[in-house]
This record gives sequence, C-alpha cells and structure tokens, in this order.
Amino acid sequence: MTDATRESAPAGGGKLAEAVKESAMAALLAFVLTSLMLGVRTVDAPGGLGLQYRWHLVIGAMVIVFVGRLLLKLFWWKEDGGAPAAVGAASGRFATLTEPLRKFAAPALVIFAFVLPFLPIADRQIIDIGILVLTYVLLGWGLNVVVGLAGLLDLGYVAFYAVGAYSYALLATHFGLSFWTVLPLAGILAAMWGMILGFPVLRLRGDYLAIVTLAFGEIIRVILLNWVEVTKGPDGISGIPRPSFFGLEFKRFGENTFHNFFGIEYSSMHRIIFLYYIILVLAMITNYVTMRLRRLPVGRAWEAMREDEIACRALGINTTNTKLTAFAIGAFFGGLGGSFFATRQGFISPESFTFIESAIILAIVVLGGMGSQFGVAVAAIAMIGGFELLRNMDWVKGFVESTFGIENFDPNEYRMLIFGLLMVVIMVWKPRGFVGTRMPTIFLGKERKAISGDLVKEGEG
Amino acid sequence: MSDAILKVEHMTMRFGGLVAIDDLSFEARRGEITAIIGPNGAGKTTVFNCITGFYKPTTGMLTLTHENGDTFLLERMDDFRIARHAKVSRTFQNIRLFSGMTVLENLLVAQHNHLMRESGFSFMAVLWPRGYRAHEEEAVEKARYWLEKTDLIHRADDPAADLPYGEQRKLEIARAMCADPVLLCLDEPAAGLNPKESDELNRLLLSIREEEGLSILLIEHDMSVVMNISDHIVVLDYGKKISDGDPEFIRNDPKVIAAYLGVEDEEVEELAP
Repeated sequence: MTDATRESAPAGGGKLAEAVKESAMAALLAFVLTSLMLGVRTVDAPGGLGLQYRWHLVIGAMVIVFVGRLLLKLFWWKEDGGAPAAVGAASGRFATLTEPLRKFAAPALVIFAFVLPFLPIADRQIIDIGILVLTYVLLGWGLNVVVGLAGLLDLGYVAFYAVGAYSYALLATHFGLSFWTVLPLAGILAAMWGMILGFPVLRLRGDYLAIVTLAFGEIIRVILLNWVEVTKGPDGISGIPRPSFFGLEFKRFGENTFHNFFGIEYSSMHRIIFLYYIILVLAMITNYVTMRLRRLPVGRAWEAMREDEIACRALGINTTNTKLTAFAIGAFFGGLGGSFFATRQGFISPESFTFIESAIILAIVVLGGMGSQFGVAVAAIAMIGGFELLRNMDWVKGFVESTFGIENFDPNEYRMLIFGLLMVVIMVWKPRGFVGTRMPTIFLGKERKAISGDLVKEGEG
Repeated sequence: MSDAILKVEHMTMRFGGLVAIDDLSFEARRGEITAIIGPNGAGKTTVFNCITGFYKPTTGMLTLTHENGDTFLLERMDDFRIARHAKVSRTFQNIRLFSGMTVLENLLVAQHNHLMRESGFSFMAVLWPRGYRAHEEEAVEKARYWLEKTDLIHRADDPAADLPYGEQRKLEIARAMCADPVLLCLDEPAAGLNPKESDELNRLLLSIREEEGLSILLIEHDMSVVMNISDHIVVLDYGKKISDGDPEFIRNDPKVIAAYLGVEDEEVEELAP
C-alpha cells in the first residue's frame, strides 16, 4: 500500500496538472456557452433596445464548471473505477436485494391503480393526475409495440392520437354517436392511418424512417389546422359529449343520471372517477393484448424482425405485412387514447397534437426500457406524474424564495431543465432504460430468466 | 439416378460491369448433398443469394421441383416467398440468429407461417387462446426434436447470442430445418469449427439426408467436409463452372487442381492423390 503510494506520487503531480488543464478547457467551453445566454440581456432603453452586461454570471458559471470538473477529475473519475464503480456496485446490491420483491411490483402497481380512487389521499387533483398518467401509459404501451417490439422508430405517433381524438369529436358532434360506439371505430380508423403511413415507409430504415414518420405527424396536424370546413381549424371542436355509464349520465339534473339511479348524493367526483376507470381499463386491455400478441407468432415475428430482418425473410416471414401489423396495432391503441382524450377534455384543437407529444411518448418508451411493459408504466408515472406534481409544489416555491431570496420562483418553469437532466442521468446510469432486460416469451425448462439487454438489438428501423 | 430438385440454367449475375457469375448451369439432385466449391471470390455465395431470392439473377432460369411435381421458377419469386412456398431454407456465412431471443424462440420463429395459420393470424388467438395451445405445443415438440438432434437441448432457454460459435452454427441449421424445407442451402457451415465439431456436422448433415430424405446444397471450404459427405460437387472459378462431378472425379480433375494451385497450398495437397 505505502509502496504503491510512493511510486505513484511523481505521477500524481502530472495528474493534477492534467486535471487543471482539462478543467480549464471545460471552463472555456462554459464561457462559450454562457457568454451570450447569461452574459448579455436585452433591456428596454430610451430609443429602442439596450444591452445589459452580466459578466458576474458568466464568471460564476465558469468558476463552478472549473471547480466541479477539477473535483470530479481528482476524486470521482478514477482509473480503477473509483466512485462510479461504487455507485454501480451499490445499485447492483440494491437490485439483488429487491430481486424477490420484483415479481410483485407489477401486480402491486395494478392493484394500487384500481383502488386509488378509494384511498383517502385521492382528491380531485390526484385523480386528474392519475388520468393523465394512465393516458400516457396507454400511449406508451401502444408505441412500445412499434418501437420496442418491432424496432421501428416512429416519431409521428401523435398523428394516430389526433386521428382518434378527431374521429370521436366529429362522429359525436355531427352524428350523435356515443363514446362506446365510436371508441372501437376510432381505433380502427387510426389503425387504417397506421397502415397508410406504413406503406410508403416500408423500405426505409433507421434515420430515414424516423424523418418520414416525423413528417407524417406534422402533415396530420397541418391538415387539422387548415381543413377548416371539417375540423374548424385552430378554433378546435368544443362541446364533445361525455361518456355515459350504461346510458346513465353524469349530470346534476336530468332523467337518467348516475346519482339518481343509484340513489346517492350528486358529486362531480363521480364523473372524474368514472373517467379514471375508463382509461385504466383501456390501458389494461392494451397491456393484455400486447402481452398476448408477444407470445403469439406475430409478436415473435416483430421481435425477430427487430433482431434480424434478413434472417426473417430467409425463414419465409413476410416482413412487409409484419411491419404493417405493428404500425396498425400501435396506431389502434393510439386511436383509443385519442378518443378518450377528446371525451375527457370536451374540447380539442390541433394544438394538443404537436411534435412534443410524440417526443414525450417516445421518451417514456425509451426511458422505460424498450419492449418492457412494466418499465414503460414506471417511466410514464415518473415523467408525467412527477412533472404534474412539480406544478403544484408550493413548498419548493416557499423554500427557494425564503432561502435564496428569489422572488416569484415557479418550479414549473424548470420542468424542461429537470426533464433534460433526468434523461441524461438515466441514460448514463441505465442506457437500456429502467428495465433493460428482455423476458423470453416461452420456456422449455422451469427456470424463468431474463435476457440481458446487451444481447437484445434495438432494431434498425 | 434420382431426379433434379434444382436446375440452374444459364444463370448470369452482373453487378454493374462486374460479372460475378457467368452462364452457370448445374443440377442438384433430390436426396443428395451437392457441394459448391471454389477459391475465394469465385461467386459461390452469389449463387446462393440468387437461389434464395436475395439477388435477382441478370439472366437465366432456376427451377425447383417438389416431389409432387410442383415447380417453382425461383428467379421470379421474392426471397420470403421462396422460403415459404418453394420451401428453400438457408443459413448464412456470417451467422444470422435472433441473438436476443432464446434458442427455443429462434426455432419457433422459423415455424412462423404454419403457426400464423393455426392461430388465426395471431389475432383470433388473442380472443380464444385455448384453440391455439395445442398447435404451439406441437411446434415446441418439433423444436425439441431438432434441439435433441443438434445436442442443444440443454441450452433451449439461453439467449442465442450466449452460445459458443460452433453451437450457433448448429442452431442455425436447426432453425432452417424447423421451417420444413425440401432444399437446405448451407453457406459454409463448417467455417470456424474445430475438427471434432466439423466431424459432428458431417454426421448431422448425413443424418438429415438419410432420415429426412432432404436435399442439401452446400458451400464449403473445408475439404474434409466436402469430400466426405458430398455426392456431387460443382467447382466454380471466377464465376464460371470449371468442373462438375462426384468427389473422386473432382479430386483428380487437373482443372480443379490448377484453379486451387497457388491459392491455398493445403487444399491442393489434400486434393492431390
């Protein structure tokens, strides 16, 4: 030990110099990045805009980066592993410790979701967040079929969500069809659009596929925006009917109302809880169908296609049809989600279907671990639920305002910053998402073991 | 003499100005092992890609005849249709397994078309799982049969990528066999195998021929495999056929010896009587 230290001592000086040099480079980079964004601010001045220089902020950022990088270089990043290895080992220990609990995690989550409205914590706000989270769980599971199982990178998933929403809105407002009639129709219409998108992109792979699907998502949105006669353009469609419970409506007054039929006091919560259960059941159906399909030939073909398309063709699998089914099934679930969205909001406009929605759904799938249903659910809860909670965190606001003396601090404004940071952290810590392993669909023996994510391919589009 | 299962007539394949295969004609007879050999770059894999539809030959006719008399013009069919209808299975020179799926799953994917039909294109089986169960068990039994034959049964639940190289080669053959082929095309099945493994491979291929009555088309560099098990050998050089006959004839053909001379010394020594 002592010998080793003595021997490495001369090298230690070189290391310090190297670390300082590297930190200086990092600080220079920080200067480039912050010089305009932090250093200069436009202010109203007599006779137009004036510039206010805030060099103290730039210098502050540079000092933080320099010191931070130096400390990281000297104490965190070490050749023999150092702290990152310790973190890795700790997370490995945590994984083995929670191993026996893991198989109860998914059922526990489902049971929790079913009893949530009856728990004492469930106020209007919690249920609303629950509905939102479950909508994204549904969408995540739908997209998971396309991206996670079939390995086709789809950046325009929101298009099918929009098709579902507008299908319900238009059919309900023009023809008076009920939610329950339109729900499957909306799914089928979205699935048809999925196939229509599928045809031209079948020959494309990877980046090219991603760009075309991205464009498709935008095309749908632009059509909705400009086809004013049908979609009312940017004004959107309002007065979309609410769903009924076997013909019973959730209104305070009227003949066939839910509270009259069951002889209970009227409460606006009934409708919210009902919506919660609709989306929960829709999500569960999505999960059941996907899990079943995964164990059936078409699901295995999706995964095989993600692993090696040429080998699939050599085995007589029609990869064209297989891709189309993946697009159609994914779009079908997107359509269900969309028509639920329309009935929940009562109002839709093209603004709800921008690219950022596609990006969020894709982020949920990637963070959750591609192909893992449980991972996607956890990612949706963390991302959507977490940020909705952030919106309402008054104690953070109070804490920051009193401690740092910043006025009008709104945690919600830092959503995207935290979002980006979280993505980077998770991708460094778990590059394959929360659940990086793949569960085989069938076993010959008794032992059920997962396949390490390193062996599973992500697909080339 | 048995009849021809595959007839290749006047096949030419050009890539731009490069003539990879030049007016090649040969026959593979039913129930026999036909080997295609030749120095590196002779166009062997290109012949395979034309037969299995991954390339479309520039000119020529490829006829595959089933035992019941059905004929298929392979040059007009898509790759997956050749596998599905004409029942030609192939393996690849650089192994192409579904690496993240288990050995058993690999073999079930190979039975995709049969299982799709039985499961009502999968979607019926979502609603009525019971009817499909027996068919899946049947498919698993078939997979088990091939796993036992290739000695991979103890690895059935392991991911394909975890198998050692030699076992991956065997798994690829088992997977091709699960697709119920009438013609099995093997692209260098012995490449990278040690002598013991390539001996096992010989026995496997012979038993496939004997027990399943299957016709095999083989590309191989390993002369111990080629000379021991082939019934018929076609020799290519620079895209042209230079010799065609049984192993004894090929061994003594001066043209073959000339083609190999100076290319790979060991093989020439082996070829010379």
